[in-house]
Order: sequence, then structure tokens, then C-alpha cells
Amino acid sequence: MFALKLLWRNAFRHRLRTFLTVLGITVAILAFGMLRTFIDAWYAGVEASSASRLVTRNAISLIFPLPISYKDRIRQIEGVKIVSYGNWFGGIYIDEKNLFANFAVDIESYLKLYTEFILPPEQHAAVVRDRKACVAGRKLADRFGWKIGDSIVLKGTIFPGDWEFVLRGIYHGRDKTADESQMFFHWNYLNETMKKLVPRRADQVGFYMIGITSPALSSDVTLAIDGIFRNSLAETLTESEKAFALGFISMTEAIVIAIKLVSFVVIIIIMAVVANTMAMTARERIGGYAVFKTLGFGAGHIAGMIFGESLVLTMTGCALGIALTFPAARAFAAAMSNYLPIFNVSASTIYMDIAAALLVGVVAGIFPAWRAANMRIAEGLSRIG
Amino acid sequence: MGNPDKPIVRIRNLSKSYRRGSQVIPVLEDISFDIPDGEFLALMGPSGSGKSTLLNLLAGIDKADCGTIEIGGIDITTLDETALAGWRALNVGFIFQFYNLIPVLTAFENVELPLLLTRLSKKERRDHVETALRVVGLADRMAHYPSQLSGGQQQRVAIARAVVTDPAILVADEPTGDLDRHSAGEILDLVDRLNHESGKTIIMVTHDPRAADKAHTIRYLEKGELKDVCA
Repeated sequence: MFALKLLWRNAFRHRLRTFLTVLGITVAILAFGMLRTFIDAWYAGVEASSASRLVTRNAISLIFPLPISYKDRIRQIEGVKIVSYGNWFGGIYIDEKNLFANFAVDIESYLKLYTEFILPPEQHAAVVRDRKACVAGRKLADRFGWKIGDSIVLKGTIFPGDWEFVLRGIYHGRDKTADESQMFFHWNYLNETMKKLVPRRADQVGFYMIGITSPALSSDVTLAIDGIFRNSLAETLTESEKAFALGFISMTEAIVIAIKLVSFVVIIIIMAVVANTMAMTARERIGGYAVFKTLGFGAGHIAGMIFGESLVLTMTGCALGIALTFPAARAFAAAMSNYLPIFNVSASTIYMDIAAALLVGVVAGIFPAWRAANMRIAEGLSRIG
Repeated sequence: MGNPDKPIVRIRNLSKSYRRGSQVIPVLEDISFDIPDGEFLALMGPSGSGKSTLLNLLAGIDKADCGTIEIGGIDITTLDETALAGWRALNVGFIFQFYNLIPVLTAFENVELPLLLTRLSKKERRDHVETALRVVGLADRMAHYPSQLSGGQQQRVAIARAVVTDPAILVADEPTGDLDRHSAGEILDLVDRLNHESGKTIIMVTHDPRAADKAHTIRYLEKGELKDVCA
């Protein structure tokens, strides 16, 4: 108790310097936390992926389709529970800046597969009944002010024309990792229209989503699916949903690495600032430390006082930085929802904030603590007066 | 009261020098003398004569080049840093010219500091601190910070801190050097009282003849050598 009182009072002895140092740490922890959350948001799709879901696509590239006839053959493979399928639609709502993910999928099997998307039963029934029905995530509906029954028109890019839908369902996520900014509609609506307009593009899907009975069967099922279609006109590449999502991330790996580096640079800079503060503090208090030593306090006590003071500063800044990270992340998420639908401050980010602050506190105290602990008492006392 | 026939301090062939670059500057040369238990000794001499260095060596806050310092039967020159720190905490009380109180601690907390190294309970510590502050006449200033006290009062808090562990020896380095005449007189009376009433052995470095007058014995140092003894 006495030690804590001493550390706290010492830490706030030079109020302006302490305020500026704590402010610096607060800003650094806030920046570090936001950058780590940004990286998490980048990996949100990976985090949301399930070990019980596989994705099958054309082995050449994702832009090449697969025949719808593969569906029944995949379903027959041992270990496969559900087969869903769909196409990336890539429609534009009013203006290109209104970017959001929209898919044509087999809604019934898709919702069975994505149990994290919760749709009220009456809406589910309405969606199934209406060929032109679409389902939007809660965040997406809020963003454009959509209500059940609203008519929504998307301008097709991959599939030309104006596509009219009726919003019959608004889903919400079972947990924070579920993406509530997607829109999906009946694949049959797309396929029937394509049959009329561009028949050669009909009966083709962009991907199959496959639910398996156990994650342990993942590799067997993967090999089995790709084995069936080997040497066919459209060979398949099957991978876990996580690997599929990571494939997208790897295209932007350089950006993620750059952001990670910046987050560590922020911590190194603040480490230098706190180390400078602690060096100045220890130099000013060298006489005081000599008095403590004279009274019988050992080198360990002196080092403890310096490390303690350094940690009081960094942990105060850390607490403030963490407290500010949450409202800052909410504001950032609101502003960037078009691009980053999931922007949640994770527990691991908070742990990293705390670990970074502890590291800064300890490293900043090493040199002054070593110097003060090894100082000759007579030399320290001679600095007083 | 201590036993005046028995020396509490035995110094033999004590030498100390400092290095300044390649130059070796001798400060104390082959000093030997005893200090009886309960003695009030004043060390005097011109600046740079080695008084404070001798005091530091006696108090165990500096290391001699050679020679022995036996205090209460223990040769403190053989103790390592940790053992010496423990020995200081139990056996020596320090009074400095500039009081050297910790500015962020109250008078009570400053006096309590040396007791934190003991096994005393919080209540026992409180009792000791209150007694020490009462002895120096500052029972009503316990919650005051050093900046809220006059120089004389700060020095009295420093004296309370020095005696709170009940050490056998008090070392004082120019205890009145930063005080006005009136406050200096009060401090000297207090130190004198501690010697007479509590039997503390006092070793005091001073330039002030008035302070030296309070001592039983005055030893003069000049260029690192003991010159005269006045009883």
C-alpha cells in the first residue's frame, strides 16, 4: 500500500510532464488498438468461417463457373450433409459507391448451412414463397433504410440488366463475427432470367458451399470431390472455408504486413518517449534514491521504484487508451461500414494493448533502474543541495 | 545510556582515496581512533579535509580502500552491499545538511520509511512514528508535507526519521548548515538531548563552532589526517 502510494505520488510529481507522457501513451495505445482491430477486420471472414464448411470452385479460377449438375454428385459423397451453391452477383445499388456483397444462392440450403444468420420464421417462409425475394443483413438494411416489403433494384455488372427484388427477410448475426452486411436472393431467379437472356450462361454456379458431418472428414471429402471431377471439362478445387477466405486475404498480404509494421513502430516510438521521461525522472531523483539507499533500502527496492513508476505511467495511459478504443472503433466502423462490415475490438487486441504497455513500461525503466541501483550513495548524496 | 568505557567504534589504519581520471587523490590517510559508546563527537576541519568522507565510511555508505571500521563488534568493511544496507537500517540514523526528506511523503510517512524494512506491524509502526515525532516536538505536524514545514521543522522530521528505529549511532553531516541561528540552536539542543537522555552516540561533521561546543570531543582533520583532539 505504502509502495503504491509512493509510486503514484512520484509519478504525478511533475504534472505537466506526466500528463504529456500519459497522453502520448494513450494515443499510442489507441492507435495500436485501432490498427490491430483493422487487421482483425481484414481477417473477419477467416474468423467467421466454419471448420464444417467446404468451398468448391473451378480449379482454373474463381471466375470460371461449374455446372449445376455437380450438385447431386457432390451430395452423394460420404460425409457431405448439405450442398448449397451460388454466384457472386456483384450488383450495384443506385450508385457504385454503395458497395456491398450480394449473391444469388439457393436460399433454403444456404440458411441451413449458415446457421449464424438468424432469420425470423415468418420472414423465412415469405422468402421461400417469393421468387423475387431477397434477404439483407441488419446492418445493410439499416444503412439504406430498407424495410420488409421494400422494392430494391440492383444494376447487374456480371449479369447485365436491372434486377428487381423485394425485401422479404432481414437477418441478424448470432454473434459479433457474423457479417450483417450481405444481401442474397434466389439463385433460381438469376438462372431462369439467364435462360431467357443468355442461355449459354444458365445452369452454372460460381461456387458450391458444402456442409460436412464432421470437421474431421474435411480432408477426405475434399479429396473425394476433386477426385470425382478430375479430368472433366470443369475440374474442381475444394478447400475449407477458412482456406478459401485466406486465399482472398493473401492477395492483400502486403497491406496487412504494412499495417502490422506501423502498429509496432507506434509502440517503439512511445517506448523511446517513456524511456526519455524515465531517464529524466531518475536523473532528477538520484539524490532521493541515495537517501533511500542510505536508510537501508537495497538496489532491488530502488529498481522496483523506477520500474513501478514507469508502469504507473504506461498502465494509466494504457487504461485510457483502451477506454477510448471502443468509442473510436464504433465511430470508425460506422464511417467505414461499406468496406469493413465487421470492426469489433477483440479481447486479443486488449491483451496485446496491455502486453505492449507492460513491455514499454519495463523496457523504459531498465536503464534508469540499472543506473540508480548501481549508483554510489555518497555520489548520489553529493547531488543534493 | 551507553557504556563510556567501551568503544562502540574502532577505526584502524583507515585510508580512502578517489580517482579523477588517471589521478589518485588521497582523502584519508592511515586514520586510527576509537569512539566510546555514548560519545558526542564533532569532526571539524577545513573544506576538503575528509570529514564527510570519514563520516560516510563510519556510516557504511562508502567503502574504504584499506583499514578496518569495527562498530558494535562488527567490521563493516567486510560486509557486502546487501549486508551493509541491512546493517545501516538497524544501527545508524542519518541527519543531513539539507534534511533529505522525500517531498511526496508527509512528515509521518517520511519517519515511517526506515520502519518499512522491519517486521513491525502497521500499528507498531504508527506507535513508533508518533513517539519519534513527539520527541522532536512535531506531533501536530504529522500530516504536513516537507514543503509545508520550515527548515528547522524539516530537520526535526529528519531527526525523528533518524531515531525511529532506535539506532545506537547517529551521524550528522552539517545538521545546522542550512538553518538560521535560532533553528540551529533548537536542533543542536535536540541532538544534545538525544545524546544525554537516550545515550545515542553522535558523530557530527560541522564547521559551526557553536555546534562543536555541544560535543564532548572535537577531532580536527586536515588533509586527510587527524590533527588534534579537544575534550
